[in-house]
Amino acid sequence: MREASRDRLKAFLTLLPSIILIAVFVYGFIGNTIWISMTDWGGSGALAFDPQKNFIGLDNYVDLFNGFLSAGFRQDLVNAVYYSLMLLAGAIGLGMFIAILLDQKPKGEDVLRTIFLYPMSLSFIVSGTIWRWLLAPQGGVNVLPTYLGFDALDFQWTSSTKAILEFNWQNILQILIYIAAFILILVGLFLLKGDPQKAVKRWLGPGVVIGAFAWLGGSLLPKTLFMEEMHGFNLATLGIIIATVWQYAGYTMALYLAGFNGISQDLRDAAMLDGASSTNYYRYVAIPMLKPITISAVIILSHISLKMFDIIFAMTGPDNAQTGHPALNMYMTTFRANDFARGAAIAIVLFLVAGTFIVPYVIGQYKQRRRG
Amino acid sequence: MKQSLIKLCLVFAAVMLLAVPQVSQAKELKGDLEIFSWWAGDEGPALQALIGLYKGQYPNVNVIDATVSGGSGVNAKAVLKTRMLGGEPPDSFQVHAGQELIGTWVKSDRMEDLTFLFKEQGWMDAFPKGLVKLIGTDKGIWSVPVNIHRSNVMWYIPANLKKWGVEAPKNWNDFLKIAPKLQKEGITPLAMGANWTATHLWESVVIASIGAEKWNNLWTGKMKFNSPEMIKAWELFGKILPYTNTDAASLSWQQATDMVIDGRAAFNIMGDWAAGYMETTKKMVPGKDFAWLASPETEGVFIFLADSFGLPKGAPNRDNAIAWLKLLGSKKGSDTFNPLKGSISARTDTDLSKYNVYLQSAAKDFAKDAVAASLIHGAAANETFMGGFAQVMEMFLKTKNAKATAMASQQLADKAQIGK
Repeated sequence: MREASRDRLKAFLTLLPSIILIAVFVYGFIGNTIWISMTDWGGSGALAFDPQKNFIGLDNYVDLFNGFLSAGFRQDLVNAVYYSLMLLAGAIGLGMFIAILLDQKPKGEDVLRTIFLYPMSLSFIVSGTIWRWLLAPQGGVNVLPTYLGFDALDFQWTSSTKAILEFNWQNILQILIYIAAFILILVGLFLLKGDPQKAVKRWLGPGVVIGAFAWLGGSLLPKTLFMEEMHGFNLATLGIIIATVWQYAGYTMALYLAGFNGISQDLRDAAMLDGASSTNYYRYVAIPMLKPITISAVIILSHISLKMFDIIFAMTGPDNAQTGHPALNMYMTTFRANDFARGAAIAIVLFLVAGTFIVPYVIGQYKQRRRG
Repeated sequence: MKQSLIKLCLVFAAVMLLAVPQVSQAKELKGDLEIFSWWAGDEGPALQALIGLYKGQYPNVNVIDATVSGGSGVNAKAVLKTRMLGGEPPDSFQVHAGQELIGTWVKSDRMEDLTFLFKEQGWMDAFPKGLVKLIGTDKGIWSVPVNIHRSNVMWYIPANLKKWGVEAPKNWNDFLKIAPKLQKEGITPLAMGANWTATHLWESVVIASIGAEKWNNLWTGKMKFNSPEMIKAWELFGKILPYTNTDAASLSWQQATDMVIDGRAAFNIMGDWAAGYMETTKKMVPGKDFAWLASPETEGVFIFLADSFGLPKGAPNRDNAIAWLKLLGSKKGSDTFNPLKGSISARTDTDLSKYNVYLQSAAKDFAKDAVAASLIHGAAANETFMGGFAQVMEMFLKTKNAKATAMASQQLADKAQIGK
């Protein structure tokens, strides 16, 4: 008993410095940022030795989401969602594909592996600059066909002003409710086989009711803005997404390759003996086994997509609504417009978005541990 | 007994502290001088020439050239802010003269008043009165201007215009007439670059539309950004935009100027650093290989911007910094720096023979034209407005809604306390 408590004390003392450091430099600073985001620190005199800060509650957040002047932030937020989805789909899809190909042990596998992993060692500024040259509307990729005697392409990779999948921010409430209803119904259908009663009662029923409400009572919902404001997926972001996927596909490839190599050869032989084709082996055996790897790839990549900054800065510059990102907006708001409070508010919004990725993961891990 | 001894020591130490700087002032300058600027690349040699001049005068001072590169100082300003907030100011830093300095650092009470230097060196008469007014407030004068740039210049290649059978337009109506013709032949009528060059073009168009006097009234709050005249100015800007290149967002200003040089575009409205670029980098002869006009309908208006250096409070080597500022404001310093940088001197007694044809014409215009402050280059408004305006501009480029944009800019002006 005494031995054990002494061990505990030792462990606690060993951890104490890092607990203090993390408490101050991570959680303390997060707290301070939250506090700043609820003040009016900004404008002229913001940089004084003793700047004036008054508590104004959630005004900064309200303004970000429905203020007339914050249209840029809302477009950036929409961009960030598309960046995340495309980066996840692109990097994981491509990375997994390359990993499967390399898992067939082709000749020169080591060299190929290095080639695919190499882009990750470049800094975003370097690769961003190279990709900017490659995707310049009057050069790079667009003039490639002329070497073969065809006409040059005229796709405006990073400077297109067209957008698809546009929606009106005025109706954001209705759209959010639709999405919630959609998710509820989806989960309900997924659970229908296992426990029909619970699925209908907990998921399907509420989903349908909420969806019907959004559909029928949509006009009753308050409008977020007094004028319509269209946001969508800008084609100009395609260039940046390509560059990012190129940079991170190698990383997910390395993750999956390590996973595939970790699956014992016996298992593979057994699957083959049972008559599984190569496709079926990956589909039903290998990839499901690598679920933890997929989850960590999603977590890491979604964070990278939320922190995208330098590559956008290098490829399209700081003021470009088409390709903007909240992280870039935060920097510009804070250090160019001297609006520290609003910059802090953007930072907290980003923090909360990151939380929506992290929290389900942490809960999942916790549950698993308790079960195990 | 003991206490009085400590007191005595304290008094002695205080006297020493007060006396030491005076002693060192009398001696020759030594130690460090850290100069913070964003002059890299094409502008680097001009700064180096100045530093060379300084080293010649004060060989014992170790000059630290702290350059943070990045167009119009985006990165440098961010670094500067973190340093100033962290209580580690450089000895002297570059800043756009006017509201960018006043609205940020003077309002925050972080700059030293330089009026004493202006009086001591006789700069009150050497610099134009209008300029001194723009770099000062009722509490003092805050920076030493080293150069003057003009922003409303339209550049073109005379040989190309002849080939296409068009003449340089004197007003926007003329431009709108010839532009469709050029476009039909596959030539971009007006070359434009990234967001900030759109704002650059915008200020020339607005002054063409409302005049220099009303433009200046915008910044004192006498004229509203959502007034009918401003909505009309936005509409005119919206009419011109379709004649710019569609890939503007991904081009730098140099690439936009290149379009004119290569004959892919007819005109470009850019500041006179474009002359420096064409002459120094592209080896073109001003007046022959390329020509210029005041941007349409701004004849007689000189939209100006100036680079200047200030003295932050708490500068670690104040004496060295003051010597640096004295050099910047002097005739010799000014005439060493400006021909290399491709700008004109802020002083009225400058030696024009050292400057090229373009700069001579600009200097002549500066002496007689009405002076208007540039927005995008920091002379007209504080950073809160400038930072927000980049987003307002993006909003217009996307929606082309003149009225909403005018309203948004007024809202921004209220927020930035323009004219208060």
